[in-house]
Amino acid sequence: MSHLNLSNTEEHIEREAQHEEVHLEHAEHDTGFGTYILVWLGLVGLTAITVTLSGISLGSLTIITALLIATIKTLLVANYFMHVKFDTTIFKVFIGVCIIIFLTMIVLTFFDLTFRNPLI
Amino acid sequence: MKRDSDAHVANAHGHTGDHSGGHVHRDDIGSKMGIWLFLFTELLLFGGMFILYAAYRFIYPDDFKSAALELDPVLGAVNTIVLLTSSLTVVLAIVALQKKNIKLCMTNLWITQFCGVIFLVNKYFEWTHKIHLGIYPKGPALEEMTQGQTVFFGLYYVMTGLHGLHVIVGMAFIGFIMYFIKKNYITYNNYQKLENSGLYWHLVDVIWIFLFPLFYLIH
Repeated sequence: MSHLNLSNTEEHIEREAQHEEVHLEHAEHDTGFGTYILVWLGLVGLTAITVTLSGISLGSLTIITALLIATIKTLLVANYFMHVKFDTTIFKVFIGVCIIIFLTMIVLTFFDLTFRNPLI
Repeated sequence: MKRDSDAHVANAHGHTGDHSGGHVHRDDIGSKMGIWLFLFTELLLFGGMFILYAAYRFIYPDDFKSAALELDPVLGAVNTIVLLTSSLTVVLAIVALQKKNIKLCMTNLWITQFCGVIFLVNKYFEWTHKIHLGIYPKGPALEEMTQGQTVFFGLYYVMTGLHGLHVIVGMAFIGFIMYFIKKNYITYNNYQKLENSGLYWHLVDVIWIFLFPLFYLIH
């Protein structure tokens, strides 16, 4: 009786493994060579845009647009090349916390810079 | 997706007493978490310098603009494309290995290495040109610059230098991975090490994505 149960369990695991294999094949199709090449084209396009925009005088918006484009590029690299999009929630929480800490440091530094008088 | 469930399957076999379970002692998620923790320390290392850059640019906006004119945006843009391409080939290498195409995987990793070399050669020419112009500590050109311009070039050398060092380390890392693939230590169902080296390489790419506009594209 117990032997039967064991073989049943093994069979079950086998089937689960096969099911998983099928599922994985599907997952690979979602992010095959094509997707990554498209992402790369997007990144090259954004580089071209940021270089072109730097030639146009946008005043104080220049730095903001440059940083905005760099952030979009980073999101593309992180989500697709670094597979964050397909990672479990814990990784996303990890990365989010780290970025919040970093942004807090920047904001606090600028509080100091803005309200310190004289600066140098 | 695949890496997680593969480890899971291996574990399941181990628990039911399957005799093929020599590869049970593997924790792909833990391994990936380890490299991400390391990447966070890298973010704080470079992040500190980006804050320094932001603070000095806030204090010396005009000096930063005039000093940045010395840098060649074309060379910077070429290096950006080279690094983006090298990131693409790393990720294509992973897909190729998943599809059991070891030859394509190795070709992609060789292209990555080649891109790394091109990047460093460009950097070498850039730096030697600057040094030739007299922009180095106690150099004649640097001595005549304003305080803000001196700070700009100090940050330029330290940040791009540390970044270049990371490119060298990444190439060495990927070099070891290529050896492991050749020796069959890294295979289509056990490639977390390749993935980890890729994560490191992409972080180096992301840092350059920010360095490029901040140093080369100020007008």
